[in-house]
Amino acid sequence: MAIRPILSTLRRHKTTAVLVVLEIALTCAIVCNAVFLVSQRIERINMPSGVAEHELIQVALADIGAKPDEHARTLTDLAALAAIPGVTHVSSVNQIPFGRSSSNNGIKLDPKQNKPTLNATNYFGEDIGQTLGVQLVAGRLLQPADYVSVKEASKAFKEGKFEGLPHVTVITQPMAERLYPGQSAVGKTLWIGSQIELRVVGVVKYLVRPSIWNDAEAQYSMMMPLQVESNQYLIRTAPDQRARVLAAALEALKKNNPNRIVWQKRTWDEAREKFFDSDRAMTGLLIGVCVALLVVTALGIVGLGSFWVAQRRRQIGVRRALGATRGHILRYFQTENFLLATIGIAIGMVLAYGINLFLMVHYELPRLPAIYFPVGALALWLIGQAAVLGPALRAAAVPPVVATRSV
Amino acid sequence: MFGYYLDLAVRSLRRNQVLTALMVLAIAVGIGASMTTLTVVHLLSGDPLPGSSHTLFFPQVDPTPGTNPDSQPRDMMDYRSAMDLWSAKRADRQALVSSIALKLTAPELNQPPLMARVLTTTADFFPMFSVPLRYGRAWTDEDDAKRTRSAVISADLNDKLFGGADSTGRTLRLNGVDVRIIGVLGAWRPSPQFYEVAGGRFSQGKTSSFYARPEEVFMPFSSAREIAPDSFNAFTCWGTPGPDMQVSPCVWLMLWVQLHDPSKLGDYQRFVAGYAAQQKTLGRFVHADNTRVMGLMQWLDFNHVVPSDTRLQMWLAFAFLLICLCNTVGLLLAKFLRRGGEIGLRRALGASRGAVLAQFLVEAGLIGLLGGVGGWLLTLLGLWVVRSQPIEYADLVHLDASMLLLTFALAVLASLLAGFLPALRASRVAPGLQLKTL
Repeated sequence: MAIRPILSTLRRHKTTAVLVVLEIALTCAIVCNAVFLVSQRIERINMPSGVAEHELIQVALADIGAKPDEHARTLTDLAALAAIPGVTHVSSVNQIPFGRSSSNNGIKLDPKQNKPTLNATNYFGEDIGQTLGVQLVAGRLLQPADYVSVKEASKAFKEGKFEGLPHVTVITQPMAERLYPGQSAVGKTLWIGSQIELRVVGVVKYLVRPSIWNDAEAQYSMMMPLQVESNQYLIRTAPDQRARVLAAALEALKKNNPNRIVWQKRTWDEAREKFFDSDRAMTGLLIGVCVALLVVTALGIVGLGSFWVAQRRRQIGVRRALGATRGHILRYFQTENFLLATIGIAIGMVLAYGINLFLMVHYELPRLPAIYFPVGALALWLIGQAAVLGPALRAAAVPPVVATRSV
Repeated sequence: MFGYYLDLAVRSLRRNQVLTALMVLAIAVGIGASMTTLTVVHLLSGDPLPGSSHTLFFPQVDPTPGTNPDSQPRDMMDYRSAMDLWSAKRADRQALVSSIALKLTAPELNQPPLMARVLTTTADFFPMFSVPLRYGRAWTDEDDAKRTRSAVISADLNDKLFGGADSTGRTLRLNGVDVRIIGVLGAWRPSPQFYEVAGGRFSQGKTSSFYARPEEVFMPFSSAREIAPDSFNAFTCWGTPGPDMQVSPCVWLMLWVQLHDPSKLGDYQRFVAGYAAQQKTLGRFVHADNTRVMGLMQWLDFNHVVPSDTRLQMWLAFAFLLICLCNTVGLLLAKFLRRGGEIGLRRALGASRGAVLAQFLVEAGLIGLLGGVGGWLLTLLGLWVVRSQPIEYADLVHLDASMLLLTFALAVLASLLAGFLPALRASRVAPGLQLKTL
């Protein structure tokens, strides 16, 4: 197929050609970035949690104000919950992964450090690692002998008796790699502030934070051997038992003290779902915009293609009369579209890169992976060809006799 | 002449209905997407207190001992700094603000207890932020000083508990303590919930929580400290906090001040700086020079209150509109140039280039107007979708008059822009050549 006649025709229809190129370029740039945003969001939504996802239930009660018998009441609650058939673990905890509210601390490697090395979240609660179902990769989980109650610990801290504070901790692998790159974390020490020294006794694969400000730090979590009376319980059971266990748990807690308000009762899956609500909404929106953009672009190509075919009926007739086959005409329009799409894609790629740079600066997005360029190009070529097929077939159907009729 | 062009335009649009529908649809979809997102951004970035926002200020200090890893003044204050600055009464009005959650029952009603969001503040809060009261009154400085067990409740809570009747004089039980209702708010829905905005720069653009509804119960800070001393939450701490914030090494209280004459800001800034310097000589502050007094709107900007996703959606929508316009330009070009014969005839009969240009611009404008109607309907649909999302600002979203006007203005402007090039090309058609081929 000769390209020169196509180019010389396009030169005579500069405006229309430029419009098609521009439309393809803009669509290419925006769709590439939008699809990249979608992939980022999906990756975020599927972020590993490190816990036994479908086995956990959270029940949180409001009973504000420390009462003298808080400890005894928590023990009664825990015993009642553990007695429910099907419950494998239960723990009174300060926070849950993806639960939004969190307690965080600056972590130092040396107490004299000015700025903390990183910021990590602290999970408290007896048996919390076992209840969450974290995956241990080195060392051990926290044992009953490690535990101190929060009240005793804060009293000891105020009086300066640091031996009354917890001494060990379990951290996540991403946090260990950040603190002690290339080394085994077990046995190392870290500091909360400048006064609390903790020895790492175990490393777990993942344990996601309750609230995430920075995705790169989503796994910076540690478990501390502190018993809490938080009125927030985490229950672990088999996935198909959750509904029954949740109902039984509410019943049991109500029996222990009917005056409490249950402000949270859900499976952990619901917590995860809720956490990513806005990301899911944004993903849906972006996909919708991408589809709409591609449809609009395809319609534009169909519209302009039809216009060109109508405008060139006579030329097509002349070519047919001079011996061009239907295939020649068909291929002429397909090649023309291919050329325009190629120029559009080339400009679109540069634009896509520019938009990506803008997003990197303003939305802290990573660089667009190179794979998006060939895939994006291929997609637009295919859409262009599909869109032009209709008008091109109509052109091919122009009979040679047109040449003689209207001159 | 305009009427004649309009008639010509209607005939032309009728002639090729598919092409017309395609163009109207492209403009409608582009306008619908842009106006939906623009309306949301407009609603979220507006002034929560038009008329008085320029008189409201947010003082900040830095009570961090040792290094402050952030280097900016703290977003909230510790108890002592907040109390000292508040009780100095150096501004025309000043209010302490802290939000807590308390168990609430209405002992006279047979309703299950609920967790209420309670704003603990001081008397100036109501006049300072022009908070509307439907029944009763707000409390006074005297109530603050005497720690009276009084509360003002929101219209929502009043509807829920008392069916919207005047509930002043009735009793609520908060954290087990009886509190008398002295006032009921009217409809009040500031956007954002500006008096609690803090920490926005740490939230990576996920700031939709700043658009939550105001609290259900408002009560004197001093009374709440007595009723529920352990219910207050830290914003951030530099040591291990205890249950009582007052004695914890934490910042947790916000102070807002009003200066009727904004030129007094310099004086107030000097006062805050002087306070910090004094605290340094007392050995309580290390970073005495790290103070700041921002205006309300400046503080909102500093906290990037408009969620970044919302902004991103707006950019995306405008890019979408641009592509739709490109499309329309192409289609209009096709439509106009196909009518070479008609143009040639009009030109030969004496129509000037300007007249032909005007004729085609009227046609483009008409398409824009039709697109505007479609865009308006799609905007209403888009806003309905936004309202049904589980986001804090869902109930705020509506199309106001200015945005409605803008929808049509944008649609017509966009279509005129899109129509200009094709109309110009059409007006340049050489009459002789066209007439020959007729």
